[in-house]
Amino acid sequence: MNPTLTIFIILLPFAAFVINGLLSNKLPHKTAGWLAVIAIGISTILSWQTAVSYFLQSEPYIRQLVVNITWLRFTETLQVDMGILLDPISVMMLVVITTVSLMVFVYSLGYMQGEKGFVRYFAFLSLFSFSMLGLVVATNLFQMYMFWELVGVSSYLLIGYYYNKPEAVAAAKKAFIVTRFADFGFLVGILILSYYTGTFDFITITNPENPAIISMTGISFMGISVLTWAVVLIFMGGAGKSAMFPLHIWLPDAMEGPTPVSALIHAATMVVAGVFLVARMFPVVVFHAPAALDVVAFIGAFTLLFAAIIACTQTDIKRILAFSTMSQIGYMMLALGVSGYGHEGLGFTASMFHLFTHAFFKALLFLGAGSIIHALQANDIRQMGGLRKYQPVTHILFLIACLAIAGIPPFAGFFSKDEILTAALASHTVYFGIATLAAALTAFYMFRLYFLVFWNNERTYAHTPHESPAIMLIPMSVLAGGSVVAGFIPFGNFVTSDLKSLETHVHLNVAVISTAVALAGITIAWLFYKRKSEIPDTIAARLGGLYQTIYRKFYIDEIYLFITKRIIFNLVSQPLAWFDRHIIDGFMDLTATATNWISAELKEFQSGQLQKYAYIFLSGVILIVLVVLYTYS
Amino acid sequence: MIDQVPLSHVLSVSSLMFFIGAYGFLTRKNLVTMLIGVELMLNAVNINFVAFDRYLYPSGINGHFFALFIIAIAAAEAAVAIAIFINLYRNIRSIDVEEVDKMKY
Amino acid sequence: MGTSALIFYILSAVMILSAIAAVTARRILRAAVYLLFALGGTAAIYFMVDYYFLAAVQLIVYAGGIVVLIIFSILLTTHINEKLELPRWSKISATFSLTAVGFAITTYVLTAQSFTTGTGTFADATVGLIGERMLAYGEGGYVLPFEVISILLLAALVGAIVIAKRNPPAS
Repeated sequence: MNPTLTIFIILLPFAAFVINGLLSNKLPHKTAGWLAVIAIGISTILSWQTAVSYFLQSEPYIRQLVVNITWLRFTETLQVDMGILLDPISVMMLVVITTVSLMVFVYSLGYMQGEKGFVRYFAFLSLFSFSMLGLVVATNLFQMYMFWELVGVSSYLLIGYYYNKPEAVAAAKKAFIVTRFADFGFLVGILILSYYTGTFDFITITNPENPAIISMTGISFMGISVLTWAVVLIFMGGAGKSAMFPLHIWLPDAMEGPTPVSALIHAATMVVAGVFLVARMFPVVVFHAPAALDVVAFIGAFTLLFAAIIACTQTDIKRILAFSTMSQIGYMMLALGVSGYGHEGLGFTASMFHLFTHAFFKALLFLGAGSIIHALQANDIRQMGGLRKYQPVTHILFLIACLAIAGIPPFAGFFSKDEILTAALASHTVYFGIATLAAALTAFYMFRLYFLVFWNNERTYAHTPHESPAIMLIPMSVLAGGSVVAGFIPFGNFVTSDLKSLETHVHLNVAVISTAVALAGITIAWLFYKRKSEIPDTIAARLGGLYQTIYRKFYIDEIYLFITKRIIFNLVSQPLAWFDRHIIDGFMDLTATATNWISAELKEFQSGQLQKYAYIFLSGVILIVLVVLYTYS
Repeated sequence: MIDQVPLSHVLSVSSLMFFIGAYGFLTRKNLVTMLIGVELMLNAVNINFVAFDRYLYPSGINGHFFALFIIAIAAAEAAVAIAIFINLYRNIRSIDVEEVDKMKY
Repeated sequence: MGTSALIFYILSAVMILSAIAAVTARRILRAAVYLLFALGGTAAIYFMVDYYFLAAVQLIVYAGGIVVLIIFSILLTTHINEKLELPRWSKISATFSLTAVGFAITTYVLTAQSFTTGTGTFADATVGLIGERMLAYGEGGYVLPFEVISILLLAALVGAIVIAKRNPPAS
């Protein structure tokens, strides 16, 4: 296959966005929806084809620039290109994004049916797919940054899809501002890096033997090398997008968007952009800025545990999944952080593997949640129960996803999580302990959710819940298939840190431990939640303040609010606002008023009063005559 | 007459007439009376041409032509002006110059 | 002071006074008649300097044409007994001072300038001579301005008809 065809993978969703966006009032819903689905469908086929032909090459894989257009030329060396870079991770991401996108698009046809902004929804969704695809194939930091922001914008637009709902608007704003704040660090990092290396190009920048990079390690700023600074700042952008602590606060609120959006953007694709970014910068970081990797590992581990604990207490089905997403991304970050290069690059492979499998089962979980919400019109799991009777297919598919995320063999999550645990064990016991504990918690909170929704008390519903239509179940089934078989892919043969194949196999000890803790978590959940029981409430009451703290998400939101509202608003913004309103605006108002006054006065000359014109004319003539007389006499 | 009246006197008369016309043009509100002011000014200019021609270049007759052309133009101007006045009067029932300000600003 | 000088000054006085009356009279028809006097005085001055043809044209076109036209329009647009209101005092004073300054400057220039009276015999401008020169295209010929004025008059004629003829918009 001609590799330049990959450009159509990106351009087709864009075309769908343009058409749906421009004709959003004209197109009938069906046409618009299927248009977007067909566009992303062709993209998916092309992506799979690209992946197959790419991975069929002999190893080691090469970084291929299949399209490269110079877009802005600043200096001889510093220029911004637009292009497509194919390497194992970008090809893998292409497959993940287009596949999940396609499933979500098809699912949305059913889920969003009859919504008012149906065409707008598909336009934004196509925009998102376009931006996300552009992001992963970016040839340079600058292109990546642009698409990075585009992704942020489409996320913002989709979270705020129900724009007449105040919570959705607030959530959209929050997501945008928090990620934007993180992206500031990203931008500064890009500028530092490009200032020293004189290029944005990934192939040059991530080459560990690049002399400019090596020289950057020698320049130190506040005791830390400039390269580390740059990389950490870049990773700050990644942490924002991937909802890592302490920039995670936007993700739970982002669940205000339509559920398929949460599945696509806030579970499978956009939130792993940060992981992708770290992986993209990996070769240079691992050699020259290991401290930055430690930061990544630490933040990943912390978020992993932190989010898993919170997820155990939440009652909103989508928020549980959101915290679960954060936790799983923590796994990926941790794996990258503990990874080495080449033969020790198990963490890298594991991280990418987990990203791959997670996309399937987390998207499936969200789509399942969407199917439940669609049937019940409610988000709170305390209002659910006994749904297995009403939604048998959703029940089975949801169970598969839960098993996959809990890491029960032979489902996909088991394999990827096993690799991560192995990598963590090789690095530090503490990391391994955290990861194992989090695995148990994952199993617990997922099955808590599962039992509460599908078993527990058999209640009667005002409207009998119904099974979702086939157009929603088919994409879910496809994802379920992925969740089952994705683990058997020999990922080490394809995606590695040094582009060479890496031998991976299941480590029995680790596998036994992880499966055991997962089963333990499931058992506890089964005991607590299979039937209506007093145990959870009793434990919650025992824990008292601690439970409240966890339930309130460790008051992080409140801390943010305190810092922003009390400190920044009152002490910084208010005086600045006063200054702006009274001094700067006052000055502007003054000039405006003065201009207004002068023009009002000048206007009088244009009064339409013929005699005034004549008077002025005659005065002018006399004045000129006087001047001439005075000068020439 | 040439011997007895200096040129500057004739010119003074014409210039006085000119400024009287200008005064009329600038103060009168009725368009027809403004037109009278304009006619006075044109006439004053005509006197000027004639006087210059007669006093300074008596052997030529070019002053005639200037004066004749001015008279012709004055006639054309008066005809058009009065047509405009009549049309204006039909439309706004007034030929007060201060009310004719539709084209201001 | 010779007779002709005396006549000139009397004529001038009449012209100036009637000009002043023409721009200040409160009855509009009288203003037109005062204008007639001023124009007639001018014609008399043309006669005095032996410009007979010009004087005739002045009388025919100005007195006979324009003044009649003005009187027509007065009759069409104003009430015969209507007295014009006086202009505002501020307007009068401002305009008066401006025109007074203008007149003072011209007078100053006129007195400061010494004119050299032309020599040579006075060429009597007969109608025939004027006609020949008017249509001559050689040196001293005025055929081009003549044609231009013809076109202008034609345009004015057509324009006047078109403008005056237009029906008032339906109210």
